[in-house]
Amino acid sequence: MSRTPGRKQDSHKISRELFVLTYGALVAQLCKDYEKDEDVNSCLDKMGYGIGIRLIDDFLAHSDVKRCRSYSETADMIAQVAFKMYLGVTPTVSCSSAAGNEFSLILDKNPLVDFVEELPAERASLCYCNLLCGVIRGALEMVHLAAEVTFLQDRLKGDAVTEIGITFLRKAEDKKAKKK
Amino acid sequence: MADEALFLLLHNEMVAGLYRAAEQGEGENGRCTTKLESMGFRVGQGLIERFTKDTARFKDELDIMKFICKDFWTTVFKKQIDNLRTNHQGIYVLQDNKFRLLTQMSAGKQYLEHAPKYLAFTCGLIRGGLSNLGIKSIVTAEVSSMPACKYFSGYLVISSF
Repeated sequence: MSRTPGRKQDSHKISRELFVLTYGALVAQLCKDYEKDEDVNSCLDKMGYGIGIRLIDDFLAHSDVKRCRSYSETADMIAQVAFKMYLGVTPTVSCSSAAGNEFSLILDKNPLVDFVEELPAERASLCYCNLLCGVIRGALEMVHLAAEVTFLQDRLKGDAVTEIGITFLRKAEDKKAKKK
Repeated sequence: MADEALFLLLHNEMVAGLYRAAEQGEGENGRCTTKLESMGFRVGQGLIERFTKDTARFKDELDIMKFICKDFWTTVFKKQIDNLRTNHQGIYVLQDNKFRLLTQMSAGKQYLEHAPKYLAFTCGLIRGGLSNLGIKSIVTAEVSSMPACKYFSGYLVISSF
């Protein structure tokens, strides 16, 4: 078969579609196994956590980033480098608290829901992309930043945009002191 | 490059999560492989549709199997199948000497008993791809020494005269 010039782009796109389709099949299977939406959500979150704690190594290996000096730099890094690298989108970051430890990432295009039209009626409180929350939480924990990550708005549930909220909890200062 | 890590990790978590749930729950261990295979089937069907949108029509089954071994495998696992054998009567053996989903696990006989769990999804992927290309098949896999594995694909021949 002759290779057309745009083949590399295609294979990159197909790779991403493989991930999106696999994720969809996973959510569908979890919905079959668990009746309650909260169970599915927490399962997705746990899986995301397991992925995040390993993905951070891959991220740090492939991107030449320097150490972040503040929460807002970290949030920017997640949005502009990590999301771009793995999902090909760049959410906008905004700080939503005076203390400077609450941020929200606004995604106007979410590749994970490319093939999802709408949530079924009996699954109204399913957080389809809850894996992302777990991934971010796990990855941050591996760089000693405890955070709570949740979905504040979800396009699949009828909101205008998809918004992920990251709340940085107190830094693990005692761990750092022990290291030194 | 980066996408590969994401799919690899997701796949490993899926396998781990399903087996963990089975242990804690009703203890239906055999069902986990079936679940993984059926997930792979759905993904394979969707993927092959999007992949072969612009390709020319396939001449025969051997052509389809070659497509799976070259283009499909390269896109999904970043390498081609190393060896394709057939008995020209419907049975195909695809051999991958360095299967991407197993390379991180071991390089030999260690953890061999866990290997089949990580092949179920790919069996479904191949079966789903073939199904949407018009071929009904049964796909099984075998690992004798990591990370090499073989996929056996056979046809259910439904003939009407």
